Amino acid sequence: MPIKQQLKQSLIIAFWFMILTFPIMVIKVNTIQNIIVFRWFNLLWVGILTFFASLVWNYFLRRTEAGKKKDFEDDTPLIHRLLQNDRFRRPFLGLVAAFFIAYPFIFPMYHTSIMISALVYVMLGLGLNIVVGLAGLLDLGYVAFYAVGAYAYALLNLHFGLSFWVVLPLSALLGTLFGVLLGYPVLRLRGDYLAIVTLGFGEIIRIVLENWDEFSNGPRGIADIPAPTFFGHQFNQDNTMIYIYFIVIALVLMTIFFVHRLENSKIGRAWIALRDDEIACQAMGIDKFKTKLTAFALGATWAAMGGVIFAAKTSYINPMSFTIWESITILCVVVIGGMGSAIGVIAGALVLILLPEYLRAVAEYRMLVFGALQVIVMVFKPDGLIKSVRKVYTFKTSQEPQQEKIAHGTHT
Amino acid sequence: MEPILNVKNLTMKFGGLKALDDVSIAIEKGQIAALIGPNGAGKTTFFNCITGIYDPSMGDVQITPPGKSTQSLRGLKPNYVTERGVARTFQNIRLFHGMTVLENVMIGRHCRLSSGIIKAMLRPPSQREEEKKAVYDSYEILEKIGLDKYVNEMAVNLSYGAQRRLEIARAMATEPFLLLLDEPAAGMNPKETKELDDLILWLRDNENLTILLIEHDMKLVMSLSDRIHVVDYGKKIAEGNPQEIKANPEVIKAYLGEESDDA
Repeated sequence: MPIKQQLKQSLIIAFWFMILTFPIMVIKVNTIQNIIVFRWFNLLWVGILTFFASLVWNYFLRRTEAGKKKDFEDDTPLIHRLLQNDRFRRPFLGLVAAFFIAYPFIFPMYHTSIMISALVYVMLGLGLNIVVGLAGLLDLGYVAFYAVGAYAYALLNLHFGLSFWVVLPLSALLGTLFGVLLGYPVLRLRGDYLAIVTLGFGEIIRIVLENWDEFSNGPRGIADIPAPTFFGHQFNQDNTMIYIYFIVIALVLMTIFFVHRLENSKIGRAWIALRDDEIACQAMGIDKFKTKLTAFALGATWAAMGGVIFAAKTSYINPMSFTIWESITILCVVVIGGMGSAIGVIAGALVLILLPEYLRAVAEYRMLVFGALQVIVMVFKPDGLIKSVRKVYTFKTSQEPQQEKIAHGTHT
Repeated sequence: MEPILNVKNLTMKFGGLKALDDVSIAIEKGQIAALIGPNGAGKTTFFNCITGIYDPSMGDVQITPPGKSTQSLRGLKPNYVTERGVARTFQNIRLFHGMTVLENVMIGRHCRLSSGIIKAMLRPPSQREEEKKAVYDSYEILEKIGLDKYVNEMAVNLSYGAQRRLEIARAMATEPFLLLLDEPAAGMNPKETKELDDLILWLRDNENLTILLIEHDMKLVMSLSDRIHVVDYGKKIAEGNPQEIKANPEVIKAYLGEESDDA
């Protein structure tokens, strides 16, 4: 686009914003003296700022589009290239490990607490990534399984005195069971219809918890949920937080480990095939229904375990923690992080959960900045922060003996 | 001997429309058979009825896999049809665009692999062995079809002709005895069509496949086919070898009439 046209476009945008923000930026009612103050200077600022912002925006937009037209060779995200390079892989992973191990000892308790929430979202994100990112099933009621886990721990502890370590595997099974139960009737639907029905299911679980007083204590919730013990030993409050922190780290590692293995297995490939083309997928001998159900059930498994951690950490739960907004946040983690990309989802969870906490500095503009960042990511990186990369297999040429043709594929 | 595919009185109704009306087709083992007819004659519907995507309104589809007894495919879901050894390709290419070429073929191996979720998570030796073999088998198929240089390329980046061949490779990976090709030459240039011609003959002779294809390229159909079935408006109007079909007045009237110069 010629420079003259760009300037013209930015001028129009600036003018449009000046009109748009006129009522809030310019007019101010002084209620004491009952007069209206017109702050014309603000109008000027809005105009100038929008003008330049629009120029910059356009510049980057054009750069992204020009980048897309180039060959496909070098669009592997930086972090994947780091992990594939044997020289950098170990030091890089070492650094990451050292950071996460030292974290609770360096930073004050408040930061550890926030990090635990973020890591729980990593688990939730990786679980939902199976459903949305890999299998392509838009699930807006994912929070229901999170609630199942949290209430499983709270109630089993309250009534039967079961400890954290007993409930954790139980809740995983319970999550799977609920995944199958809820999945069975709704998975015949797809796309938008599935999204709406799952959204309904998520709300049903919350409303049941809110109104079935005898069962769940209703909106008053359940208090005094004990923290996990270490072979019967109960830590003091600060150490409990650190302890939970390391439990979450272990669970996140386990999640990454299993999800990565699933992704590059028969079932993982079937999920992606199902996402890409349902009919072709069936024609390749894949049972559509079974494959969808396993994705739904496995996704629910991790959500339930996340719920147990949440209950143990906050020691108090009520239905208000499991609203539709929670589902949306987890979905944002997956979409902004990068659909189908485990590393992307981890990055997405850390950014999306930690950022609002640290944006408290800009107080009332917090949500505005947060929203703007999400829009920017989606415009400039539509595949998410770190997009998924498929496993690469290496083969030697066919002249060599057949058995040796396969070298091991590098893991991504 | 029983025909390998025996379709009896197949009728498919969509509301008031009869897309297929009492069509019977039998295909012998080792044949290359062609199904031709003008656009909208019901050819793809016929494929969809065999492969379980549609449940036919009336009639029966029977297969006799080599060395096994005759069985009906009617009412089976598509994945079970594939499991029983009937594979297909699609008229509008339906590859998995989020996957590499190799992974596309590995999807075809899916129904021949046994490892489940637990094994995928724990990776015992049996699963590793199976996975390695799946990679190897898939690569071998790509080598045969001539796509081995693209193994790690995303399927969507291939040329049109290569995508069509990849669809055949993927269907081959399911270990079929009967291969249904829906317009395999559509959109190919003459050189690619020639290569396809060789490939189909090779598949029949070296992989012991029976092939049924839908095709509009008359040159390809006439040179390849042992037997041609013609449908028009959902009804079968003729059957015979290429010479008989070329000479059949009803076929010329319905279909070849406009195109008899090429044929």
